Formats: sequence, C-alpha cells, structure tokens
Amino acid sequence: MNAPATAPLRGPFRYVGKKRRVREDRRFATGDGHYAADVALPGMLHAVPLQSEYPAARIVAIDASAALALPGVRAVLTGAELAAAIEPLMNGAHAPLVRRYPLAVGQVRYAGEWVAVVVAESRAIAEDARELIAVEYAPLPFVLDGEAALDPASPPVHPDHGSNVLLDRHFVWGEVDAAFAAAPRRLAYRVVWGRSSTVPLETFGVTARWDHGLELLDVWASIQMPKFPDQIARALRLPGNAVRVHHDIDVGGSYGVKRGIKHAVLVGHLARLLDAPVRLLEDRLENMTGGDMQGPERIFDVQLAFEEDGRVRAMRMRALDNVGAYAGRSPFQLGKPIGAIVGPYAIGAVAYHALAVTSNKTPQEAVRGFGQAPTNYALETGIDRVAEALGLDRLEVRRRNFIRAEQFPYTIPSGTTYDSGDYHALLGKAVAAAEAAGIFAERDRLRAAGMLAGIGVATVLEPSGGNSSFEPLLNPHNRTTTWMDSCRVTVDATGAVTATLHTTSAGQAHETLVAVAVAEVLEIDPERIRVVRPDSLGSLPSNSPVGSRMAIMLGGAAVEAARRLKAQLMAIAAHDLGVAEGALAYEGGRVAAPDRRALDWAELVQIAHREFFRLPPGSEPGLAASAIYQVPTGGQLPTADGRVHMYPCHSAECHLVLVAIDPVLGKPEIRRWITGHDCGTVISPDVVRGMTLGGIAHGIGAALLEEFTYDRETGQPTAASFMDYPMPSAHEVPEVEIVHQCTPSPLTVFGQKGSGESGYLGGPAALASAVNDALRPLGLHIDRLPMRPAAISDAIADTTTQETA
Amino acid sequence: MELTLTVNGRARRVQVEDRCTLLDCLRETLRLTGTRAGCEHGVCGTCTVLLDGEPVRSCLVLAAQAEGSAVTTIEGVAPAPGELSVVQDAFCEAHGMQCGYCTPGMVLTAEALLAGNPAPTREEIVEAISGNLCRCTGYGQIVEAVELAAVRLRSANTRPAAARMEPAK
Repeated sequence: MNAPATAPLRGPFRYVGKKRRVREDRRFATGDGHYAADVALPGMLHAVPLQSEYPAARIVAIDASAALALPGVRAVLTGAELAAAIEPLMNGAHAPLVRRYPLAVGQVRYAGEWVAVVVAESRAIAEDARELIAVEYAPLPFVLDGEAALDPASPPVHPDHGSNVLLDRHFVWGEVDAAFAAAPRRLAYRVVWGRSSTVPLETFGVTARWDHGLELLDVWASIQMPKFPDQIARALRLPGNAVRVHHDIDVGGSYGVKRGIKHAVLVGHLARLLDAPVRLLEDRLENMTGGDMQGPERIFDVQLAFEEDGRVRAMRMRALDNVGAYAGRSPFQLGKPIGAIVGPYAIGAVAYHALAVTSNKTPQEAVRGFGQAPTNYALETGIDRVAEALGLDRLEVRRRNFIRAEQFPYTIPSGTTYDSGDYHALLGKAVAAAEAAGIFAERDRLRAAGMLAGIGVATVLEPSGGNSSFEPLLNPHNRTTTWMDSCRVTVDATGAVTATLHTTSAGQAHETLVAVAVAEVLEIDPERIRVVRPDSLGSLPSNSPVGSRMAIMLGGAAVEAARRLKAQLMAIAAHDLGVAEGALAYEGGRVAAPDRRALDWAELVQIAHREFFRLPPGSEPGLAASAIYQVPTGGQLPTADGRVHMYPCHSAECHLVLVAIDPVLGKPEIRRWITGHDCGTVISPDVVRGMTLGGIAHGIGAALLEEFTYDRETGQPTAASFMDYPMPSAHEVPEVEIVHQCTPSPLTVFGQKGSGESGYLGGPAALASAVNDALRPLGLHIDRLPMRPAAISDAIADTTTQETA
Repeated sequence: MELTLTVNGRARRVQVEDRCTLLDCLRETLRLTGTRAGCEHGVCGTCTVLLDGEPVRSCLVLAAQAEGSAVTTIEGVAPAPGELSVVQDAFCEAHGMQCGYCTPGMVLTAEALLAGNPAPTREEIVEAISGNLCRCTGYGQIVEAVELAAVRLRSANTRPAAARMEPAK
C-alpha cells in the first residue's frame, strides 16, 4: 500500500467535527439556488426529444415536414443526420460495436429512446411540433429479461455486437474449490435486485451556447459526471479547450444518475448548428423513460461453504446484470463491489462471475453505491441463511465471521486492503441501542398479538474514496489508475481567503467541506473563507462527486493546498524575522518567533502582495497554492490473476430494524430503525447524518416500493410517472436512531472516510432480513426486491391454502 | 390572455397562453425561479406555492385560476431581502435540506402548517409534509426543522410568514 499522499492531521480539531451551519443551505432556503432550469439566455431555443414507441424497431422513414411548417419551429434533427456529424458516446465496457449516439440511428432499442429532436422558440411549440412528426417503424423482436438475453438465440439488441453479452468475466481469488470440498456445510440461493433508481426531483437539464467569435461552447448542466467536458469535446470533435462547463450550477439531486452526456452532446451540437443557445429540459415522462437513469437489475446466484459454527470459508457468486439497451458505464457497476466482495467478513476464497447483458430496456446508469448495495444485499442474505441452516443467532454468526479489529489493515481475496474498522464494537453499540429501545421485546409482543414481526440485521461496508480501478480490471483497454481531485487556495491583497472546487455538487455541502478543511489548517474562522467554483477551463482536474469520495479527496486536496499556502506564510516570516522556520510558531494566521517578535496576517499579506524586497529570494509574489490529490493507495494496474486494490477507505454500517406485517395485507410496516455508523472522523456532523438518513430512505424505496417495470407483451415501460413509481414519503420513513463509532482511516488527512452512500448500502439488506425474519415461522423467503405487499400477502396466502388443503 | 396576479403582495400584469400553468407563469413569465418543477403531475409537491395561504401544486393550477387570489412563493417568505423567516432560519439551523430542490415547497408547506397550528405534534408535521417528496434527507432533519421553527415562533411571539399573507380583496 502506498503511503498517504499527504501527512495526517489529527485532533483535537478547531472546526472539524463541530456543529456548524451548512453554508449552501441559506441560498436554498430562500429559493436562490441556481439550477440548470434557471439558466435563461437571450434568444434561447428549446429542444424536445421525440421518443420511440417500440422497444425494438427499424426506423424506415421520418417525415418532419409538418413539424417544420409550424411557426416557431427552427429545426428537426434525426439520428442519421446527427451520427454523421459527431463521434459515438463513450462506452465503459470494451464493446466497440455497441455504438451509442444521442439519437437512435437506423434502429430503436428501447421504448422511450430518442429518435429525433425538435427545436423551437418555446418548449410548448416544440412539443406541439413533436406531435406532427411521422415515423415509420418496422417492429423487431425484443428481449426484456436478463436471463433470456443470455440465450444466444435471443434477439440481439446490437446485431453488430453479435450477442447480448457485454461482459462475461470469471474471477477466482483463492482456493475456492478446495474450500468447498473441505467445508462440512454448503448452501445455495438466488436473490434478485429489481430495477430501481434514485430518481432526483430535478430532471436532467442542459443549456449550451456556441460563441462563434471565441469558437467556444458554453455548457450549463445538471451534472454529476466524471470527465464531462472531455466527453462532450470528443463527441463533438472539438479540442478540449473549446468546451467550457460552468460548475456554479446547483444540482437538484443526483445520487449517481445525473450523467446526461447524451443530452449535453445533442444540445451542444444543436447550439453550433443553429448558432443559438439551446436548452433541453426533461419533463418527468421523458426523464423516467428516456433519461437513461435507471439502476442495476441484478440476479445473484450464490453458494456458500461454511463450518458448523457458522464461519463462512468460501463463496461462489454469479451476478447477472441487465444493463438495458446501451453499455455506458453500467457494466462497471459489477466491478466496484469486487473491492468489498466479502463485506466485513473474513471469507478466505471467492469465485465471482460478472455478467452484463443488453436488453430492450432503458439504459442503466450509475446509482448510489455503484452496484455495492445489491451485492451487499446478496451477501447479507447469505449470512442470514447460514444462521438459519445452523439454527444459530444471526448476530452471533456475524460476530464469528467479522474481520477482527486487530487484523487491520486487512487484505481481502480480491486484492483490496481494508484500511481500518472495528465491526464487533460497531455491532455491539447498535445492539445495545436496540436493546435499550426494547425492539427485541417489541417483536415478541407483536408476535404474541398475532402479527408477523421480524428484526432485520445488516452489517455492510461502504468502500469510499472513489478510485476507478474497476475500469482497468473489467476493460483491458482502459488504464485509468488515478481519480484525482483538486483545490486552489488564494489570499488576496486585502487578506481575504478564497478556495476553489472544480465540479458541481448535488447537495453534499462541498463548499462547507472546503471551508472547514482550509480553516482547520490556516486556523481561521471558516466563515472568512469564500468558496467558488471556476468553470472547467479555469479548473484543475476533478472527477466529480462519485464513489463517496469528496470528504476524502476534496478534503485532502483542500488541506494540502492550505498547507502549501501556510508554508509560504512561514517562509516569508522566517526570512523577514531572520529566524529558522522550525523555530517559528504559527497560530491563527499569526507567525511568532521565540523572542516574541511576530508578523500578523495583515503584515504577511502586505509583504507577499506589495513588498517584494522583503520576500525570500527566489519566491513568487502573492499568495496562492494548489493541490491535485491522488487517491490514497491508488495508482496500480490489476494483477494478471485479476486482483486490484480498489477504494482506499471502508466505512461500516449496521442496521437493526423492527418490521411488523399484517398477515392479510402483507404490507411491511417499519416500527423501529437503529443504525450504527462508522465513517471515521466526521467533518460535518449534520451533513453526514443527513446523508445517512437520506440513504436509508432510498433503501426503503428500493426494498419496498420502487421498480421500473415493463410490460412483457409490448415492452412498454409501465412505471413512467410518480403515480406508478411510488417513492417513500414522510409517512414511509421512520425515525432513525444513529449510534456513532469512529475508527479513523490511517490514509486520510483527518481520518475521515466516505459517507455519501451510507444507509443505502445496508438499508435494503436490513429490510429483507426483517421481512424474512417475520416470515420464518411460515417457512417463507422473499428473495426479490422490491418486496411489494402483494408478493408478501400472496406468499402468505399460499401457505395458508396449503394448510387447509 | 392577459391576467392580473397578486404575487407576494404585488399586483403583476402578465400575458400568457390560456394553457399556461401557474408554475410556468411564475418561472418563465415572472422569472420567480424559486418555485421549481418536479413531476409536473401533482405528486411530488416540489412546485408548492401558497394560494390564499393554502399550499397548492402550481403545476396543477392554471395561471388564470390564480387571478383574484394571493399567491405566495418562496421569494415572498423572508421579511426583507437578505433576511430569513423564522421557518427558513430553522431549516438552516437543522440542515433540513441537501440539494435544496424541494426546499421552497417544504418551507411554504411548513409556513402554512405553523400559521394554522402553532404547536404541531410530530405526527401532524409528518402528515403536513407527506405531500412533499424529498429524495435527499429521509425527512428526519426536515421534521426537526419544523419542530424547531414551531418552538421559536411560540417563544418569539412572532407569526409565521404565511399568516402575514392576507387573501387578496
């Protein structure tokens, strides 16, 4: 493992971990947030996509003459025209013949796919014109089901690619077969994670303007996409410095999905073509069906080999992911979980078969946790099954399998080294809180009253720090071994401090994070630090807030930049006072010599900005420092046998959830929820708590409510609005009690780990565990998420029917 | 069609298409962009504004239907530019938001609740905000923000912003 990129800074802290208002909140509370839909440029035109009615069809002809005749319509563009002018969008998997353009070319591959785009002087006119476009389709056979798509006889979504298989990789880490042969007990099971997503309340929106004088494309977008400007430039055949993405756009929720590359490339092309600003703002129907933001849809087949005492020796896991009609980054979502494939457990050998197939569904995009939540659900189900098979307590089986605190740093079979943790202590705290809350007694009381009641258990990890090692692991043509982030700190001639961040944010309070991190180093009030977001041409490299990484990566970059700035202050003082730097004391922006002579902040600034003769020889005037921060432990390519160190830090969470089910209605009702959370040093307590609570709410949605369903006969999406894609309201989310533990990461500046995916990574597993605990007296398992009331009540009804028969 | 709308206490003459929703009129015609579009079919509550003090979904109300009523948007909540209402301040103190997109609707819903019920129970708060979806927070800190606002309004002997908005005559 590499040494930390920057030396750790350990407490007691002045600002880190203290209650502090989130600076972003003020503008949001007053309605002054500035979102993509708020960008309004003079002469702006409005683009709306025409969407396919068929899941698979050949496009025979498109007649736009009636639409073009409508007053106010400026253009109608088809896929064939667009494809001639741009490069295909980037694929994650190595699948060069799975070509993807913003508009369908020759063939549509899912109902909802964009076939053409109308540009008009108002959105309303564009929508009216869309109705007037006549498309002649020749329907083709289609495939929706992931297992069916595996069949070589299934209709190929991309005939040129030859099959529907995008990714088919076998990994064997350790002596799996020997462990299975030697183990006294084995079991096998299947669990299914249904297709859901994070569905932000803001749809995707983008506005682009081509400045023909500067030959520069300006882009304002609701975006959370690594390498976004690069991807636009490549697709539009522009040099990278001809695309300027504005980062000072508030993003109205993302949680992974606001990728929008097809939207931005299309609008960028239109802005150049029409020499006018063009906006594309999805409505909800467009977002749900053609926004390409649906999440993993995964079938897990798992085998475990274990001892009579419950210790799991080896695991075989096959994960089949139905990624929908195009590749995008989605196959990589099978790769990230490799970095925590054994969760918090000391499982010594693992075989993993990662399979991604295309189908005629909406393409999959990155969703919170990047595939980790489904994998955690599959693994946690297994631990519950082991306990059930042996008649052991589920908590005790976890304790027996946990990696012990003294074993860290701990390398798992697939090559990642976990940084730190104490899973026994974390579970112990959560269990103590649950006992204090009386949830075990409450379950028994409910059962005695004739209800089905169960307690769910999940103990899972949140890999954080967002390295992208799964890219070279799953795509040999990809050699990405850095996923850097950056910060710049300047002190102006008035002494005011400004720090930068180089991406958009979607509610993660990054401006507050940077202010606190810089303030901690410079020992000045965070409120004195302004945090700004330069546009992409004024920015240092960033990889956007993906992979629970910003506390680690942006926090690390901000600390390093502030340290470099502080070093400049120290050098100035040493020279001016004629004292060795090592003898100086820095406190609160003032530098003092042992003889009590000192330079205060204003004087240091004065020297740096005005009095060159007082600067150390060879130094630059002014005060500015920047840092580009490499992911701690990153930088290595995978080994030949498919091992790679994935993410640097590993947060842990455990959930204990009490669920009651009315046996007739089948609706799981969450009565109590206790979470133990360990993300190392907490920088902003309110922010971390909010993300965990929000992640739990997302988990409740994925486990109980949300699914993008499709009609088997017609291939049509049947969850295309908020009426048929139910999401948790305040009624569905219980009060959650969070108990904290802190095992600092040795790899990060403050000991912090990530928390952006917390709650979501264990919540669904905990709910599945709770429902199955409730149904255990009936001998039932519910092995598919979401666990809709109808599925539960039908399963219960089947058992009672059998009893009477 | 030409309409006169009373928005945040000011009479505004607007020219809109008959089919124009109150949401689009506020955002596009009056450039009051604090009101935001969520689902545009009346489920999520993101676009909530107050009509004569009552929360409504501005995506389901035609601009023409709002004529003769007092419309309050998030821009009309603070007592003065640069200041915060007690409810807004409580949302900041409790971090009752993350991305901020649902926040204007949440704040207005809370203002309306507290105008009619100065001491709501937790259940009453949950019921009041249950028509407003939030995808970031899991609602915990939003409920706490409303609880905090209620306490502060009671102890400060101050009326919530919604109570200042009299129906248009």
